[in-house]
Amino acid sequence: MNHFQGDSLSWDLKDGVIELALHRAPCNELGSLTLDEFEKFANALKNLAPEAHALIIYSTLPSGFCAGADLRELYHRSQQMAKDEAIKGVREFLERTHRVLNAIDAAPLTTIAAVHGVAFGGGFELALVCDLIIADKMARFCFPELRLGLIPGFGGIPRLKRDLGNSVVRDLLLTGRSFNATKMQSVGLVSQVVAEGEVLKLARVTAAQIGKFDRHTASAAKQFIKPIPYEELRREIDIFCELFTRPSVEAGLRKFTESTDAQPYLP
Amino acid sequence: MPTTDQTLEEILSLAASHFKVPREKLSADDDFFKTLGIDSLQTLDLLTRLEHHFQIELPDYDLQGVSDFRTLANRIQARL
Repeated sequence: MNHFQGDSLSWDLKDGVIELALHRAPCNELGSLTLDEFEKFANALKNLAPEAHALIIYSTLPSGFCAGADLRELYHRSQQMAKDEAIKGVREFLERTHRVLNAIDAAPLTTIAAVHGVAFGGGFELALVCDLIIADKMARFCFPELRLGLIPGFGGIPRLKRDLGNSVVRDLLLTGRSFNATKMQSVGLVSQVVAEGEVLKLARVTAAQIGKFDRHTASAAKQFIKPIPYEELRREIDIFCELFTRPSVEAGLRKFTESTDAQPYLP
Repeated sequence: MPTTDQTLEEILSLAASHFKVPREKLSADDDFFKTLGIDSLQTLDLLTRLEHHFQIELPDYDLQGVSDFRTLANRIQARL
């Protein structure tokens, strides 16, 4: 399936580049609908990948790349079921999301996250599965999960540890503060910082460069360079599910969901 | 190094320019969320512009509870 137009995302394969566009308002929050469509993409990727040398993931929404998990959906669904059922549902959601993100992480082509605006929580985790992050100078990256009594659940911690020094990982997670793109480049995570509004254009330029190289060689190099921390990813799901049972998490999610604060992501 | 008043003026000018509000409509003790009519994502946008302009890092937790330009200027001044 070279082309797909969904409600949350769409993709198109053209000239050896797959472009995966996110477009679910308000800011590509990752809920059940988006996950369903991401699973379609992960399945299609097996057939798309042999025809492509690059994948670009980007957002068409002015609000940003992705604001993370759909916390409102998570909260409301968890309130409608018994605690055990809610935990089981959360674990299933996490495992499905991990399967999708692992598929993108391991894809035998070079992947580029073209980030503008916010890449928070699950949005940051989506960017982290890509080989390269190209960011608009106004982009911001954040793991605010500790503010809700949780840790990142979509693979953020093992992938941060893969890519960054531990002190930066601790700063990001333990303070929950957001870093701008320039700071992220200085610590080695963002590959290029580009002018406002130019990130997709420059991601395409990078994809064109990548297209000059032998695909098999590039894929072999990537597999050698980029380990996927499967065991730690599974452990992250376990820790997340243990934490999700705590009353402080329900309180944090309720506060976020009900907030009219201009800065609802701050504790 | 600029004075806090100079820093405050730079913030007011930057906010007026970016959010297209006449500079004379902004004053130091205004609630910038209400005066500028900005939401959480626009607040982050302002934060990034301030970081670039002043060449500093401004952790968002340092802005918790801050809603007026004067206090914002004091927080920025402490990082210059």
